[in-house]
Amino acid sequence: MSNSIIRVEALHKSYVNGSNSLHVLKGIDMDIQKGEMVSIMGSSGSGKSTLLNILGILDNYDAGSYHLDDIHISKMNETKAAKYRNQYIGFVFQSFNLISFKNAMENVALPLYYQKVSRKKRNNLALEYLERMGLREWAHHLPSELSGGQKQRIAIARALISKPKIILADEPTGALDSQTSLEVMEILKEVNQTGIAIIIVTHENDIANQTQRIIRLRDGVIESNQVNHAFHLESVEVN
Amino acid sequence: MFDKDRWQEIFNAIKQNKLRSVLTAFGVFWGIFMLVTMTGAGNGLINGVTDGFKDFAANSAFVWANTTTKPYKGFRQGRQWNFTNDDMASIRREIPEVDVLAPKLQGWNISNGENVIRGLKTGSFRVNGEVPDYNLIDPNEMVYGRYINDMDIHHRRKVCVIGERVYEVMFEKDEDPVGEYLKVSGVWFQVIGVARSKNPNINIGGDKKEMISLPFTTMQQSFNYGNDVHFFGFTSRAGESVSETAEKVTQLLKSKHSIDPEDLEATGHFNVEEQVKTMNYMFLGINVLIWIVGIGTLVAGAVGISNIMLVIVRERTKEIGIQRAIGARPWTIVSQILTESVFLTTIAGFLGLALGTLVLHAADMAIMAAEAAKTSEEGTFFKNPEIGLPMALIALAVLVLTGLIAGLIPAQKAIRIKPIEALRHE
Repeated sequence: MSNSIIRVEALHKSYVNGSNSLHVLKGIDMDIQKGEMVSIMGSSGSGKSTLLNILGILDNYDAGSYHLDDIHISKMNETKAAKYRNQYIGFVFQSFNLISFKNAMENVALPLYYQKVSRKKRNNLALEYLERMGLREWAHHLPSELSGGQKQRIAIARALISKPKIILADEPTGALDSQTSLEVMEILKEVNQTGIAIIIVTHENDIANQTQRIIRLRDGVIESNQVNHAFHLESVEVN
Repeated sequence: MFDKDRWQEIFNAIKQNKLRSVLTAFGVFWGIFMLVTMTGAGNGLINGVTDGFKDFAANSAFVWANTTTKPYKGFRQGRQWNFTNDDMASIRREIPEVDVLAPKLQGWNISNGENVIRGLKTGSFRVNGEVPDYNLIDPNEMVYGRYINDMDIHHRRKVCVIGERVYEVMFEKDEDPVGEYLKVSGVWFQVIGVARSKNPNINIGGDKKEMISLPFTTMQQSFNYGNDVHFFGFTSRAGESVSETAEKVTQLLKSKHSIDPEDLEATGHFNVEEQVKTMNYMFLGINVLIWIVGIGTLVAGAVGISNIMLVIVRERTKEIGIQRAIGARPWTIVSQILTESVFLTTIAGFLGLALGTLVLHAADMAIMAAEAAKTSEEGTFFKNPEIGLPMALIALAVLVLTGLIAGLIPAQKAIRIKPIEALRHE
């Protein structure tokens, strides 16, 4: 039993569009440990979103292998994919992606709905998670009545409620101002402290610098994969 | 099945575009409404028509003699001939398939002018000679008194049964006619009853309301018809075909009267069984037509629902993507779309069913009111437009099925949405 939550070896992915084939990922190798907080950086077109989609079992890959918590993820039917997504992965998106006609509590509780948890139980749990995000009193508000930061915190609560092993965050602060970004990052770090691995896709150095490891992608290959010393210094300072 | 989250989504989808939902639902509403009202109207027609002959013996036929058209055994063509009492006895004796046999006389020559007189009242009515058994072919109910019986026949009593119109003209309102006398074509007859036919839509040999029926034997004697039988009705025994029996009867008559068996014109007959069959095929045709039009309209409505569900799926692409990303299984999405489609169809269909039934009820009331107010004695050809419980249940099943089918394509489309594409969809 290895200690890695995500293990990717020689991953290839191309998009075929008519007669054109676009080779997006050209052999990615990476290994993310349980409880690690990693950022993936790269300019647009570097393949970072594609990689995140594959990691999130939202997309499949052409060659190589992908192990999630030592389970080999290969081509699978949607029902099974949905089950793995629900059990192992929490998603946080740039545009929050909350369901507009459900209030905060219902949005948070939604993953449990798909696990067939009873309504009362999942709503109570959702309230608990909202409490942790400091949004208890906003539980019955619709997303349209909340600020960007609040929405992202609700999205994080939703990602956490199914007790995932890993959180995939796609530009989680992309739509937020710097102050709110900071708050959201603090929350993500707190989440990370509880032992959940976090992968953040970002193009902001400020954000990347707050993670333990920075993986830089360029043209579908890993350009660098370094431990972020700034993070360790910071944690040393904190401790 | 009842799941608040699912219904929340459905109501949200409907609420977000109220006008669109209403217009879409209208298609199905209209389909069911048409189906219900048309079926009701069809049933009304069938009820109205069959009500006019439902008691008439369906296994009966009438036979009469025509001029011959072929020379045979030394006789020239174009010969006039008549059935006789002997013929009736022969049929009875030789053709066991015949059940009821009712010879009839038709008094054309004594029904001219004002042929019926009572005091100062006069009238012009047809006179027929009947046997008691005729009541088994074309049943009457008696408004007053009784019908002709065997004693009348045996003793050649000078009695008569009159139709309702005859009673109205020859008697005062509410006067008891039994025991009174009418002078019919110069001979006095005692009235023994007033008959009302249970089959007003079938009239053979004149309008039954304006008919005076005399005992068959009395009429032969009193008006000098000798042994003549002008025509007769018969029924075949259970299990025997009416047309085959009629063929046997006519062949027997032809051989007795030296008529070429090949001479098809020499006898005429009217086969009630055939007529009823034809009528039933016509009703079947009407029903098939109604269902084709109704189902067609319903299909048009379902296509509308399907279309709008596609739009809804497209609008919700992102939402579906999110749901998939956080663990919704394809079946969750499919059942969501199907429930929505069935819900929309069923609600619309129910309203259509309700309004259709209401319209039929109103029509029924109007017809009954019109009938009550009507003074003339015209028969109705439209009665009790209605749809039965089975029909309503079938409509319900058709609705649910329609909703399912209408939701199928959009649901297929919804699960083909890849979460990743849906999330990209802005």
